[in-house]
Amino acid sequence: MSIVTVQLGQCGNQVGHALFDVLCSDAQEGQRKVFSSSSCERFFHQTAHGDLVARAVLIDMEPKAINQSISRAAKSGKWRYGETSHFSQKQGSGNNWANGYCVHGPRHRERVEELLRREVERCDRLAGLMAIMSVAGGTGSGVGTYVTECLRDVYPKSFILNHLTWPYRTGEVIVQNYNSVLTLAHLYQLSDAILVHENDTVHRICSQLLNIKQISFGDVNSVIAHQLGGILQPALTADSCGVYSRNPLGELVSCLTCHPEYKLLSVSTIPQMPSSSMAYSTFSWPSLLKHLRQMLISNTKMEEGIDWQVRPPAGAERTRTLTGPSFNTSLANLLILRGKDVYSAETGQRTDLRTPNVAFEDPALFTSWLSSEDAVNVWKTPVPFNKYEKCATLVSNSQALLRPLDNMVGKAWNMFASRAYIHQYLKFGISEEDFLDSFTSLEQVISSYNQLR
Amino acid sequence: MTQSVVVQVGQCGNQVGCRFWDLALREHAHINKKGLYDEALGSFFRNVDSRDCDGGASVVGGRIQHLKARAVLVDMEEGVVNEILQGPLREMFDSTQLLTDVSGSGNNWAVGHMTYGSAYREQIVDKLRKASEHCDCLQCFFLIHSLGGGTGSGLGTRVLSLLEEEFPEVCRIVTSIYPSAEDDVITSPYNSVLAMRELTEHADCVLPVENQSLVDIVNKIKRMSHDGKPGSVIKSESTVISGQGGLSGAEKPFDAMNNIVANLLLNITSSARFEGSLNMDLNEIAMNLVPFPRLHYLVPSLTPLYTLAVNVPTRRLDQMFSDAFGKDHQLIRAEPKHSLYLACALMVRGNVQVSDLRRNIERLKPSLPFVSWNQEGWKTGLCSVPPVGHSHSLLALANNTCVKPTFMELRERFTKLYRKKAHLHHYLQVEGMEQSLFSEAISSLSSLIEEYHQLDATRGRFMPDAPRLSIAV
Repeated sequence: MSIVTVQLGQCGNQVGHALFDVLCSDAQEGQRKVFSSSSCERFFHQTAHGDLVARAVLIDMEPKAINQSISRAAKSGKWRYGETSHFSQKQGSGNNWANGYCVHGPRHRERVEELLRREVERCDRLAGLMAIMSVAGGTGSGVGTYVTECLRDVYPKSFILNHLTWPYRTGEVIVQNYNSVLTLAHLYQLSDAILVHENDTVHRICSQLLNIKQISFGDVNSVIAHQLGGILQPALTADSCGVYSRNPLGELVSCLTCHPEYKLLSVSTIPQMPSSSMAYSTFSWPSLLKHLRQMLISNTKMEEGIDWQVRPPAGAERTRTLTGPSFNTSLANLLILRGKDVYSAETGQRTDLRTPNVAFEDPALFTSWLSSEDAVNVWKTPVPFNKYEKCATLVSNSQALLRPLDNMVGKAWNMFASRAYIHQYLKFGISEEDFLDSFTSLEQVISSYNQLR
Repeated sequence: MTQSVVVQVGQCGNQVGCRFWDLALREHAHINKKGLYDEALGSFFRNVDSRDCDGGASVVGGRIQHLKARAVLVDMEEGVVNEILQGPLREMFDSTQLLTDVSGSGNNWAVGHMTYGSAYREQIVDKLRKASEHCDCLQCFFLIHSLGGGTGSGLGTRVLSLLEEEFPEVCRIVTSIYPSAEDDVITSPYNSVLAMRELTEHADCVLPVENQSLVDIVNKIKRMSHDGKPGSVIKSESTVISGQGGLSGAEKPFDAMNNIVANLLLNITSSARFEGSLNMDLNEIAMNLVPFPRLHYLVPSLTPLYTLAVNVPTRRLDQMFSDAFGKDHQLIRAEPKHSLYLACALMVRGNVQVSDLRRNIERLKPSLPFVSWNQEGWKTGLCSVPPVGHSHSLLALANNTCVKPTFMELRERFTKLYRKKAHLHHYLQVEGMEQSLFSEAISSLSSLIEEYHQLDATRGRFMPDAPRLSIAV
C-alpha cells in the first residue's frame, strides 16, 4: 500500500524533500530486504530503468522552492521527483491565506486534481494522502487548505493526514496567527489527523541536542524529517503477525484520533544527537522509555530540561480535577520503537509494578473516559532507523499543543479586536464572519483539550 | 518568476532611476558570470535580440543579447533624460519608453498633475501598457519621484492614480524623496502636501526618503574614508554611496546620494530576484507591514553603509542588526526606537542563517516598543546573494509612528504659506485646480497625523487582552 504526499508552499516543499531523503537513505541502509521493499512501496515507485521516484505532488504558487527541491533530489542520485508531478505559478500568495484559499486554489483546481489523480492511479493500493505544509504563509496555508478540501471531495474514503509546521512565535510572517487560525479551523473539519511540528521546539533541538551553532532551515527541516520518518517507516503492529503494516495512515488514525473533537498530534523522538557523538553512545530501552515517558507527562519535547517533578495525579486528585497545570493528560499515545533488542523493550503493563517509570499504559496518564489499553499502541521493528541503533518515537494526542494553540488564537484575536490587517483579507473575498467562525471553532477545540482530564 | 517595472518621473526620479539601473547591472554582472539571460535578470531587464524584428524575443536561458530596462521614463523637461540617452546607459532605453516635454512644470504641482497629467494621459497609459506587455507576470510597479518640485510631485502622483486605474492588481511601491526644510523651491510645502494626499490614497506602500538624511549619510562616509586611520580603511566599492564598478565613470553631484536610494531598491527586490532559504516576495511587503490601508509609510534603514577593508567577522553581523535601528542609518531623520512600531520587516542578504535572525530579534526586541496587538510584528526574509562588496546586508522597513514629526513639520511649513495665501494664484490659474484641493490635501495629512497620533498614545499604556469568545461547555 502506498501513500501519496502533497507538498505545498515553500515550507512544505522543503520539509517534503527532507523527508523523502531520510526515507530513501534509511531504506537503502544495510541488508534488510523486506523492510526496504516495504518502505519503497510505501513512498516511491520504480521506473523501468530502476529509478526511485517519490510518490509526491509538488505545489507552489512560485517556482523557486519547487525547483530547488527537484534539482536537489535529482542530484542525490538515489531518488527523484516525477518529471511532471509538480505545479507552480509565477507569483506567490503573498502570505495571504485568503489569496491562496479563495483565488489561487480554485483557479488551479483542475490542474492540481489531475496531478493528484495521476499519482494516486500509480499506486496499486492507496493507503492514504499526506499533505505537508506550513500554517504561516499564504500558499501552504491557503492553497493547502483548499487542496485538502479537494482531496476530501475526490477521495471521501481515504485517510488524510495533514503535517503542519507551526511558525516561530516571534514572527516569520506578521499575519501568521490569522493564517494559522483560518487554516486550523478549516482543516479540523477535513483532516483525519493533524500532525504538528513547532519551529521553536525543533530549533531548540537543533541548538541543544544537536549542538548546531548556526542553525539553518535545512537543519530544522532535517529534524522534522527524522521525526516524521520515525513514524512513517514500516513497523510491526501488535496484530500484524510479523508482517509490516499495510495500512500505516489508517492505523495511525485509528490509534490516535478516536474522537472528532481531538485531532492534534504532537511528536517526540529520542535519542537525538550529533552524528559525531553517536559512535560513543549506548542506549538501553528502559532508560530511553523512562525519559520518553517523563517527556510526555511533563510536556517536554526534547530530552534536555525534563521536569522530573511532574507526576501523574493520584486517583483522588483526579476526580477533583486538580491535576497540576504542568501535567500533560493524554487522550491516546502511539509508541514506535525501532532498533536493536526491540522485543525486550517493556512499555509497561498496568500490572507491572517493577517498572512504574516506563509504564505507558498507566491509566493515570489518560483521560478517564477511555480505557488505557485502547489508548496506547506500540509498533516495533528490529530494523534501526536513520543510523540510530535504537530510536523511540512517541506520537501523542494530548494537551501538548494546547498552550501554543491557545497562544496563537489569543494573539490573532487581539489583532482582530483592532481589526488590523483585516482589509487585506476582505480584498480576496472572505468576510469578518468567516474569521469569527474560525475563532469559534478553535475556541471549541481549546475548550475540549482543556477539559481532557 | 515575476517582473517589475520602474516608473521614474521628474528630474530627481530619473536621476535616482539612472543610478538604480547602473547598480542593478553591476550587481547582476557580478553574479551572472555565464552571460546567460536568467530569471533573476528577467525581473528588471528584457533581453532583446536586435536581429529579431518583433523585438520581444526574451527567452530565459539564452545568451544575453541586448538588455533593455523594464522602465518608463517621464520628465517634462529634456535635460536629465537627454543626459541618460547620451550616457553609458543609453542602450538600455528605447525611445518608446520615454516621455518628455520641453518646458517643465515650474515647481508647480498643479501644472504637473493637471496640465501635463491630462495632456499626456493617453501616452503615459500607452507606455505603461507596452512595458507591462513585455512581462509575463507583472508583480510590481516601482514609482520613483520627489515631492518638492512640480513634475515628480504633480505628474508622478498622477501616474500613480493611472496605475491604480489601469492595473488594479499590480502592487504599487512608491519611493518618495522628501525635500529638506531649507529647500530652495519655495512652493515645495504645497507640492509635497498635495502629493501626500495622492500617496496616502493610491499607493500600496510608500518608502519615504529625506534629502537631508542622504546628505548626512554621504558626509559621514566621506569623513570616514578621509580619516584613513589604520584598521578602519573602507573598501571603496562597498559603500552605499559608491557607484564604482558601474558603467558610469565620472561621478555627478548627486550620484552619491542617489546611489543610497538605488541600493534601497536593489535590496527590497533582492529576495524576489535571487534564491534564499526564506523568500520574501514583493506582495508580502504590504501584506505584512500595512495593518490599516492608509498607514502605509515604511521607514527604510540600510546597513552596513560601508565595509571595512580589514575583515572583522561575527561581531559585525550583530552590529549590523543593531545599526538598522540606530538614528544614523535611517533614510528619514527619525528615531523609530523612540516611537511606536506597528510592524517591522528585516530583509537580509548574504550568508546569514535563521539562527542569526532569531538571536538578533530576541536581543533587540526588549528595547523596541511595538503596538499592543502586534508585539511580535516581525517579518523576515533571507536572500542568499549579498550585495556587491559585502558579505551580508540588511534592509529594515519599519511601519513606525516616527514618520509623524516629518509630516507635522511639512504641515507647519504648508500652513505658514497657506495662511498668507502666498503663491496660491500660480496654482489656481491652472485649469482643473481648485482651492478645495488645498484644504482637502491638508485635512488628509492632518487626519493621517492624527491616526498615527492615536496609535502613539497607546504606547507604554497597559492594554488588556481582548476578552476571548467563550464556549458553552
